[in-house]
Formats: sequence, structure tokens, C-alpha cells
Amino acid sequence: MTKTVWQRLTDGVPARALGALGLLAALLLAAPFLLRVMPAGDYWLSILILVVYFSYIGQAWNIMMGFAGQLSLGHALYLGLGGYVAAALYVNLGVGPWLGVFVAIAAAMLAGGLVGFLGFRFSLAGVYFALLTIAFAEFTRILFDHFKWVGGSGGLFLKVEADGSAFNLQGSPLLFYYVILALAAAVFVLCRWLLTSRLGYYWLAIREDPEAAQAAGINVLRTKLLAVLISAGLTAVGGVWSAFYYKNLFPESAFAMGRSIEVTLAPIIGGLGTLFGPIVGSALLVGLGDLFTTLAEYLANTWGIKAAGLKQIGYGVALLLIVMFRRDGVWPWLARHLGYDRRREEKP
Amino acid sequence: MSADPGQFTLTLLQAIVMGLLTGMVYGLMALGLSVIFGVMRVVNFAHGEMMVVGMYLAWLAFDQLGLDPLVSLPAVAAALFVFGYVLQRTVINPFIGLPEHMQFMLLLAVAILLVNACLAIFGPDTHGVQVDYMFDSFNIGPLVLDAVRVYAALAALVVAGLLWLFFTRTRAGKAIRAAADNHVGALVVGLDVRQLYAVTFGIGAACVGAAGALMLLIVQVHPFLAIDYTLLAFVIVIVGGLGSMSGALAGGLLIGVSEAVAGVLLQPSLKSVFSFGLLILVLLLRPQGLLARRS
Repeated sequence: MTKTVWQRLTDGVPARALGALGLLAALLLAAPFLLRVMPAGDYWLSILILVVYFSYIGQAWNIMMGFAGQLSLGHALYLGLGGYVAAALYVNLGVGPWLGVFVAIAAAMLAGGLVGFLGFRFSLAGVYFALLTIAFAEFTRILFDHFKWVGGSGGLFLKVEADGSAFNLQGSPLLFYYVILALAAAVFVLCRWLLTSRLGYYWLAIREDPEAAQAAGINVLRTKLLAVLISAGLTAVGGVWSAFYYKNLFPESAFAMGRSIEVTLAPIIGGLGTLFGPIVGSALLVGLGDLFTTLAEYLANTWGIKAAGLKQIGYGVALLLIVMFRRDGVWPWLARHLGYDRRREEKP
Repeated sequence: MSADPGQFTLTLLQAIVMGLLTGMVYGLMALGLSVIFGVMRVVNFAHGEMMVVGMYLAWLAFDQLGLDPLVSLPAVAAALFVFGYVLQRTVINPFIGLPEHMQFMLLLAVAILLVNACLAIFGPDTHGVQVDYMFDSFNIGPLVLDAVRVYAALAALVVAGLLWLFFTRTRAGKAIRAAADNHVGALVVGLDVRQLYAVTFGIGAACVGAAGALMLLIVQVHPFLAIDYTLLAFVIVIVGGLGSMSGALAGGLLIGVSEAVAGVLLQPSLKSVFSFGLLILVLLLRPQGLLARRS
């Protein structure tokens, strides 16, 4: 039985869900124009850009943890490395980002391959593997602090150039929005395709029971390595985008533990291993972050209550409540309520 | 660096001794993490944040009441015990035995709350204590030992000793070890495992609180130290052996020395290269830790 790619991607998806997805895609495509008529439209576009960016890197991280069950708390390594490689190539050698991104992907895959090979070869799992990923990210951070060719701890800056255009990834937020949206859409389809592939089933088997997977004849080391390589490569693209969007890179922030943690939030809060988890989680978390920023401003302006950290306290409380009461993430619960749960459709 | 080899050896020796003294406090901090993991298999991702809370409490006692951190230590430890006990009972208990990423996210939320509560209350500035013996030192041969580090290390040793007595000599301590060794068995013989878990988390928190009070003698506190201490505690317990008490202390000494020596041999900004390098080596070659038994 041969299926067309479209059939394979949509197999078993309720028609209603497909329709809703199409509507979401259309909305996101039109969003900048809809936002333009709103007050503070530029601000809302910047928020939307963040939502799409975090859903993209969340999706990339999800391949490793959600699909293959390997907890990485060091994805800042691939983000930072990707950003640094493309930015350094552009600033120091004049190689444009559309070419540089491939070098960035290669560099991140090399790093991911090293971390993965060492970790899996010595059969580290769970917390131990997670600590190895942290250690490599921290190690790289300290090395880049002393790496003068890319500016060391003083940072690397991308200038705003007069002849800047889409060819060297310079321009308005609109350009960055559509680039990251295209990336997010592509990685979404890729993840769906991976999940329906043999490799995807191997990953799920390893996630559920590595020993049983091994016994069933799956090459566990190779399969887990593929998850890290794909995840690292995709994450590096996000790093390149982020470097050119923010136009500056510092080892202290590019490789920070906090950045690695940021990557994991959306997919875990949204629903690990699901395709919509990173998207829903990212929208929820960025939305909450914005809500508490507004709230803290309101408190400061109206009541004169000013304290650093108030915004993050609200965010922390929200995070704690979501984790305590939606352990499996928000999306599985939401999907049940919207009737998009596939298990329900399959029941007679 | 001095060209005189004798002088260099002395500098190195001096750094090693200083590293050992600081390492004792590191060890006490890591001990808390190790106890919590050893008993309930929960990795406390909010450990550095609890350390910083302990530091702030000790600073508050100094600032408001003029108490030396060595004097306020029991009170700080007691406060963190209560905090840890209540936190385990209300928030963490339902997550015992759940997948690591859920525990990680839960404790991450706790960590965000703790560090930002400190930030909101105390602000981003650094605070330190000025004790009378701040500039005192002991001379042992050619070596000069800071009095603050000597007292902090001795106090850390005393707290660790008390903990060892608790786990080996008291009924509650033995019961906790029994629950750690065999969860079902402990339930079968009628131990109140939920209560023991809460006490264990309290003890872990008290340990790190005590370490925080002692650390305040050596460094100044600000909220953003927290994540560095969390990482440091992870490095130490992995190097020593996760869940092993003597391993945590030995790991603390080792990391304390390696940081101090790296500060002499390389630039101070490169000091954590040694600890992270050591962590990677230990993870790859002896993931159960240097001192832990092979399971």
C-alpha cells in the first residue's frame, strides 16, 4: 500500500481538526496585516514573533525529549553555536546568513553528535544525561568567553547596514516574522512526518522502554543519535534567526542555562511529545509573561507598588499551578475538550 | 606569576588549603541535595535557590539583630527545615515517582518563585556581613588561613557530623534509610513513609540553609547566585556519587580545591572549566560517582 505524502500526514486526523489547523495557518499568515489596524500593533507583532520562535525551538527540542525520551537541558549549546557560527561568518568573513546557516547546522550537529555519542555510548540516561548536556553548554559558554575571534565576553554585534535586505537577513520585524513562521510551519510538518515514519516509531519504542526496543532489534544508539542530530540541527537554525533578529550575542546569555530552560518550558507545559504542545505552550507562556508585565506596570503606576521580580513571581505561580494541575501539559486536556482527541474518534 | 618555584608551590598550597575550607561548605550544601535524592529520588532543581534563601535569612539576622551567622545558623536551619517540610507535604509529594521532566518543571517553578521573592524583598544589590574576626587569620608554618573560612569549615563539619549521628543513631534516621533502601518494605513494616519523606526534605533544606548561613561569611549574597549554586551542587553530587553522603562531602572538597587551583593556574574566570571538565569525565567514566558503590 503506497500512500501519498498528504494521506500519510493527515491519516487519522479528524476533519474538524484539519479545518481548525487551516484556519490557524491563515490567521497567522494574515496576522501582521490584522495587527496593523490595532493600537500598538508593532508591539503585538513582537509578541507574536516570540510565540512563533519559542514554538519553533520547542518543537525542535521536543524531537529529542518528547519523541525519543532523552532529556536535554543544554539546548542553549545548539542555539548559541548556531547563532555564533552564522554571525561570526557574516561579521568576520562576509559570508551571508543564508549560506552560513548550513555551516551553523553542521556545527551544531557536530556538537550534538559528540554529546549524544558520549552520553549514549556510556549509557547515561535521565538526570545523568541531562547533566551532561548542561555541562557541555556551560563548558562552551566559558570557552566562548575567551574566544577572541568572536568577541569573547565583550560580545559579537551585527551592524544595521544601509544595504541590508532579506539576502543578508536584515529588515523589518515583518521579514523576521515570516521567516520564523515558515520555519515553524516546516518543522511542524516535518515532525508529523517523522512521527509517521519508521524512525518515529523507533523513537517512541525507545522512549517507552529502551531495553524492549533493543531486544526488538532496534539499533538504540543510532536511533537516539539521529534524534539528537535532527534536534540540534533544527535548533541551530533557530539560533541563527535569533542572532540576526536581536543583532547581538554574548556568551553569558547565548549559552546560558536559563536559555536552555526557556527552550524546554513550552513543550513541557504544552504537552510533551505532542505536535501542538510546543505551540499551545509557547502561546500560553508568552501570553502569561506579557500579562504579568502589564500587571506589574499597572501596580507600579496606579498603586506605587514597585519591586523587581514581581512579574516573575506571578509567572512562577502560574507555572506552578499549571504543572501541579495539568501534569501532562495543557494540550492533551484542551484536545479532549475540543473533541480533537484521536482516541475518542477511533472508539466505536 | 612568580618565577621562584618555592614561592609558586607555596601559592598553590595556600590555594589548596583555602579550597578545602570552602569545599567543606560546598560539601554541606551538596549533602542536602544528596539526602533528598538518595531517599525520594527527586532532583531538587531549586537547591541553589534554597541556599540563597538561607544566606538572606542569615543576613537578616545580622542586619536586624546583629547576630553572627555562626550564631544564627541553628535558627536559619530550623526555618528552612520547616519550609522544606511544608513544601514537600503540599507541592512535591504528589510528584514522587513521576517522570523526571515533571519533577524538573515543578521545582523550576519553585526556584523561580524563591529567587524572585528574594529579589522583590531584598533587591538586586549584594549584601554581606562584617564580623569582628573578618581580617583575623591563623598561621600554620608558612600558610595563612582566614579565620572566617576556618570557622565556616569547622561549623560545616559539625553539622555534617550531627547529620551522620541522626542517620545512624536515631530511630527516625534509621527509618528514613530503610524507606530509601526499600520503599515497599518500609510501608509493609508500618513506617509512615509520607511523613519520613517530608522530614527528609526538611533535613535536606536545613542542610543547605546551614550551608547558606556559613557561605555568607565567605561571599556576599545577591539573588542571581542561586542558579550557579544549583549547578555547583549538581556537579558536586555527581562527582561524589548521587545519593551518597560521604561522596557529597568528598565531592565538595574536590570541587573547592579544583576551583581554587584553577584560579591560580589559569584565570579566575576559567575556574569552573575544571569543575565542568571533571563532571564530564566522571559522568562518562564513573557515572555512579567517585565514592558511591556500584549498584
